[in-house]
Amino acid sequence: MLNTFWNIFVIVLTLASIAGCWWLLQWTKGISNREGEETGTTGHVWDEDLVELNNPLPRWWLYLFHLTIVFSLVYFVLYPSLGNLGGTLGWTQEGQYAEEMAAAGEAQQDIFSRFAGATPQALVADAEAMGIGRRLFGNNCAMCHGSDGAGGPGFPDLTDKDWLYGGDHQSIVTTLENGRNGMMPALGDALGEQGVREVTAFVMSLSANGQDEALVNAGSQKYGMFCAACHGPDAGGNQALGAPRLSDDIWLYGGSEEIIAQTLVQGRAGLMPAFSESLSAEQIRILAAYVQSLSQP
Amino acid sequence: MTYTDKVVRQFAVMTVVWGIVGMAVGVLIAAQLWLPALNFDVAWLSYGRLRPLHTNAVIFAFGGSALIGTSLYVVQRTCHVRLFAEKLASFVFWGWQTVIVAAAITLPLGITQSKEYAELEWPIDLLITVVWVAYAVVFFGTIIKRRVSHIYVANWFYAAFILTIALLHIVNNLAIPVSLVKSYPIYSGAVDAMVQWWYGHNAVGFFLTAGFLAMMYYFVPKQAEGPVYSYRLSIVHFWALIAIYMWAGPHHLHYTALPDWIQSLGMVFSLILLAPSWGGMINGMMTLSGAWHKLRTDPVLKFMIVALSFYGMSTFEGPMMSIKTVNALSHYTDWTIGHVHSGALGWVAMMTIGSLYCLIPRLVGEKEMHSIRAIDLHFWISTIGVVLYISSMWIAGVMQGLMWRAFNDDGSLTYTFIETIAATKPYYVVRLAGGVLFLSGMFVMAWNVWHTMRNKQHEPVPASAPAYWGGESA
Repeated sequence: MLNTFWNIFVIVLTLASIAGCWWLLQWTKGISNREGEETGTTGHVWDEDLVELNNPLPRWWLYLFHLTIVFSLVYFVLYPSLGNLGGTLGWTQEGQYAEEMAAAGEAQQDIFSRFAGATPQALVADAEAMGIGRRLFGNNCAMCHGSDGAGGPGFPDLTDKDWLYGGDHQSIVTTLENGRNGMMPALGDALGEQGVREVTAFVMSLSANGQDEALVNAGSQKYGMFCAACHGPDAGGNQALGAPRLSDDIWLYGGSEEIIAQTLVQGRAGLMPAFSESLSAEQIRILAAYVQSLSQP
Repeated sequence: MTYTDKVVRQFAVMTVVWGIVGMAVGVLIAAQLWLPALNFDVAWLSYGRLRPLHTNAVIFAFGGSALIGTSLYVVQRTCHVRLFAEKLASFVFWGWQTVIVAAAITLPLGITQSKEYAELEWPIDLLITVVWVAYAVVFFGTIIKRRVSHIYVANWFYAAFILTIALLHIVNNLAIPVSLVKSYPIYSGAVDAMVQWWYGHNAVGFFLTAGFLAMMYYFVPKQAEGPVYSYRLSIVHFWALIAIYMWAGPHHLHYTALPDWIQSLGMVFSLILLAPSWGGMINGMMTLSGAWHKLRTDPVLKFMIVALSFYGMSTFEGPMMSIKTVNALSHYTDWTIGHVHSGALGWVAMMTIGSLYCLIPRLVGEKEMHSIRAIDLHFWISTIGVVLYISSMWIAGVMQGLMWRAFNDDGSLTYTFIETIAATKPYYVVRLAGGVLFLSGMFVMAWNVWHTMRNKQHEPVPASAPAYWGGESA
């Protein structure tokens, strides 16, 4: 809200500008009357041959100008335009938003009430629910997890059976509602260069053969000290923390020697945003069912 | 007494050079929208860095050189005197070219204020300010020492352009430097946005409209060899145009954190702007009206009449797009890009090209350009280029707007963003073709200018004596 001074300043300046346009048109009419000549040059000559006629303003153009002036005054009355005055229609952009959201909410009520008590299995089997789920996924999830849900480096693959935080219906709903923060600490300083090489070799040996045995043995010990607390002594991961299982060949950030070393040195911070504000409970249930369906044959 | 034409020749040549450079960058980034791999994974070739280089090069390097060059020509001819402070005029040329080169280096390096059309960082902004003040001294000094009492209409528009750009540039670029290459604006939030678009829209209004109307008011009657249609109309539309343009900026910020009443004023004043804008088109077209038969033989006039047509079209389209309900569809889409290029290619570039074809022979003591047929070829290539460009962007823009806003009953969007990109791809190819055509036309022009200007003696042109009435005040 403007204070009194600026409010009056804005209103006066606005109306004065409109009045100025109108005055300009009247004033120019005055010129034509005084000179009393409708055509013929003004008598000025520049650069040898530049001269000016003084034709009257085209009628249709004058009408157009006046029309826009009248429109502006009507608009000023109807819509918020003059400082704090507001418009007689009571329109605001926040009001328009609220109205459109309410109308959309009502329309959605009918659609989603049908799925109210449905079990996750029933939702997966329901073609309409899965259609909604696919569209919600496309709008909200695909930019990170990919439109097919297969993810990418740093973004989990939702089409496999490997789950960071659990793949049952309730776990997925919780993930959607509250979001997740995956946190792998940076261990570069603690491990040192040689330590990083050793642990990298050990982690790679969990899912592939051919690592240097001495490095793997040394890495195994360090793994017990630095990694086992989250990833588990058997490297099976921990869904309560979102710590990935390291004993399979599924990688969140990549399983090459270079990437694993980078993960160890710099740490990782994964972020899944929370959707409880932007999606309704029913939408989240349907979306969770759709996500589950991605990993079902 | 003779006229000072060396600086005009320099600016005229650089207008063609920078036109080719700026448009070539435009063609490259248009191609990147079609094939993103064309950035070759090189940071300084990436779209985000080259796009501001394109806009700065075509607006300030190409358009700016054209405006400064023609204004220094026109102000001498219509005041019947040499330039005031000729050495300063030479500084304006070299200073402006330095600014352009600095922009061409810093923008690809990613050094930017992130304000659209005001990306250049503070040291370059300071140089611009110095050059601009020097330019103003030369221009207004020449006006003051004129040998005729009346100031010709083209000079009103050049004057408004010079004064307002100084004001806009300084106010919008007020910033606190933290290093040689980084500064922060003194404004924040919605105020920063409002100041930016007050600047942005008036850059359109005073740089790209008032300045080129000035060019029109001199070169159209010169080339058509006829009188300006209406002195009275030029008075009304001049004052209305410069007064109303100042208000229109908020239409760039519809449905944002800007208060409702400011958005409304931006829209209403944009609509009032229609008539003053068209005043210039009417005056230009009616000036040509006695010379329609010349269009058969004079492609230079063709450039001018098409420029005026695109001017009329864009200044109708602009007010329409400022209406909130239309803007809700058009905003953030390629429709805006189409609109801008209908103004930038159709009006600004075509008027510049026409004026240069009229100006350049006179600068070297010739009656006309080396090849009239090349001008005709240039005309058709560029006209087809503009039409391809803007019609593809219109269709793409409306399509994007409709796809973005479509939603299903379940509250989800009907189309994902990537689907709208995929749907736009064919139009990006057509737009690229339009851009390539327009750029090819500039090469035809460069060839023609080369053959017109090379090996020419630059005999100084004697200043013409003012007509008898001019003595009254002298």
